[in-house]
Amino acid sequence: MDRFRMIFQYFQSNSESVMNGICGLLALASVKMYTSFDFNCPCLPKYNMAYGLGIMCLPPMALFLCGLILNRQSLVMLEEWKRPTGGRKKDLAIIRYMCSSIMQRAMIAPVIWIIVTLLDGKCFVCAFSSSVDPEKFVGFANITPTQTQLLLSKVPCKDDELMKNNPARKAISRYLKCWSQGLGWSVLLILIVVAFLARSLRPCFNQAAFLQTRYWSNYIDIEQKIFDETCCEHARDFAHKCILHFFESMQQEIKLRRFNAPTEEADGGEGEEDHLLGITDQEQMNELLKSWYYSKPALDVSQATQRQQSAGRERLSMPWADSLSNRGNAPQKAKTSRQTDV
Amino acid sequence: MDKFRMIFQFLQSNQESFMNGICGIMALASAQMYSAFDFNCPCLPSYNLAYGLGILFVPPWVLFLLGFVMNNNVSVLAEEWKRPTGMRQKDPAVLRYMFCSMAQRAMIAPAVWISVTLLDGKCFMCAFSTSVPVERLGNRSYTGLSEKEMRRILARIPCEEIYNGQELVAREVAVRYLRCISQALGWSFVLLMTMLAFLVRALRPCFTQAAFLKSKYWSHYIDIERKLFDETCTEHAKTFAKVCIQQFFEAMNIQMGLGHTHSPEAAPSEVGEEKEKLLGITDQGTMNKLLKSWHKCKPPLCLHQELSRTPTLKRGTNRDKISNEGHVTCPVLEELDRILHNHTILATFFPIFPPSKHEQRDS
Repeated sequence: MDRFRMIFQYFQSNSESVMNGICGLLALASVKMYTSFDFNCPCLPKYNMAYGLGIMCLPPMALFLCGLILNRQSLVMLEEWKRPTGGRKKDLAIIRYMCSSIMQRAMIAPVIWIIVTLLDGKCFVCAFSSSVDPEKFVGFANITPTQTQLLLSKVPCKDDELMKNNPARKAISRYLKCWSQGLGWSVLLILIVVAFLARSLRPCFNQAAFLQTRYWSNYIDIEQKIFDETCCEHARDFAHKCILHFFESMQQEIKLRRFNAPTEEADGGEGEEDHLLGITDQEQMNELLKSWYYSKPALDVSQATQRQQSAGRERLSMPWADSLSNRGNAPQKAKTSRQTDV
Repeated sequence: MDKFRMIFQFLQSNQESFMNGICGIMALASAQMYSAFDFNCPCLPSYNLAYGLGILFVPPWVLFLLGFVMNNNVSVLAEEWKRPTGMRQKDPAVLRYMFCSMAQRAMIAPAVWISVTLLDGKCFMCAFSTSVPVERLGNRSYTGLSEKEMRRILARIPCEEIYNGQELVAREVAVRYLRCISQALGWSFVLLMTMLAFLVRALRPCFTQAAFLKSKYWSHYIDIERKLFDETCTEHAKTFAKVCIQQFFEAMNIQMGLGHTHSPEAAPSEVGEEKEKLLGITDQGTMNKLLKSWHKCKPPLCLHQELSRTPTLKRGTNRDKISNEGHVTCPVLEELDRILHNHTILATFFPIFPPSKHEQRDS
């Protein structure tokens, strides 16, 4: 249990580790799925190829989509791609970086499936047994073409009566398996060479821009997480305040004062006020959430202390004040709801 | 559990230990892969050699390159090689050390695969069954077979169930012969590798140990520096995000015309603390400039340098010597070199030792 917790914590330490962990799990799941799958070649002339190629190509697509779905970053990337510009310009390089990192991770499980399939050979033998040249093997002379095709399609089935004792069956099977394994190892070698070249040559191209892109894509991820956490805290305190207010109004209604309600409320109020950050009713919250999407704030926090020092003083320049006026629906109704509901 | 955690933490402590762990795992995986792999000799004359040698040599290449791909130091090495010089000189000895250490670790899994393959014998038997010396082992003159037909029969030696040349050469005899050669080659390979490893390890301190200590230190330093830089950037991004979101809420307050902000006594200290964590980098343009400078102009390896924080070189400081190329040399650095240089025992026996690069540059 402790070991699992430790491994779990290690992988949770940052989102890249989480994604690597998921990627590894999917790869293991892919191998396990293949070994537990009961491969069942139909051994019929037209069905073999369809079945064999289907087993080789459809599960990888499913695994690829699974890899995209399970990756949180794909949602973040889509959101960054589709959001209105607001106070923050969009950088296509970041979107490209996130996209390529997502694709790379999602492609590992399908590739493992394909390679395991090729190295095992059953699929390939099933798909291509009818395409073998019968003249290479003894035992196929003096047979009509249709009969040859039928016999060839029975090669993957060991227990079929027609081909059970035919010496050519094993020879054809070996021949196809040899091709299959050769293809599997070649694919693996090519992929590893490509991965090696990509890894070792990337710093040679535009490393400075890469550092920037990596930083900002990490930033977007973190910002999304922190915003969600802030909203959660806000919702919790909002709910707490709402319920307290409700109980208090009930008490006032039945005129029972069991405890010192006003002072508690005052203390609670100040304590809660911190987390509520000044947003205290539904419309304000809706407005805030809409603004977060339509008009993301500019990446400039140098005015944080200035704002505190000049609290209450009207500030003339806000980084995103201009962009807010460009939005389609101006927040007219927010101004009417001055009174707080809590 | 504590033991497991301790091992885990030890292996994680630096990239070299981590790579040692990965290297061990890959060696085990390589042996496991071989036993799980369903070896399937085609038993056809021209295919046998290709298949056998392919299985003998292609997976080792795959494992070797995989060893490089899994090593984070590959991109560190490429980056260090390709970066502009900036204020920090590049040392080819460090690059060579990093490359050698990566290559040594990456070579273990392929060596295990080749040894296991040769000791098992199936591969060798498949590849060289057509080259069996029939004159010595069997009846060459049996039924006057053509060369081609004989090769076809010999190619079937690895496949027990389809072998039909028992009168030409007994299968058992041929198999034992081939396996014997294969295992002899396997053991010779193992012995050769072990001897090489022993020689490299035992004789290296005899050659330029001082330079070696220096390279080892600075290659570890580069690795640690990169890791710390990434961690610092992540921390910075977190703080930046927090402050940005806080500002956003405040701006929404003001924009919606609400009077109350959160209580003033909590805010300045909190904001001040966050602001400190931001290390003065408070907007996108500045951050981008910082990241670009990190690559284009790495800071000099000189800690007592109290120049301004911007990476542009300020000449004329009297605490550091500036050599002809415009790079900052550092007295502390030279002292470190001297210590490492004097550390070797050989220095006491052989006082005439090749001078290190720094001394050469000064003289």
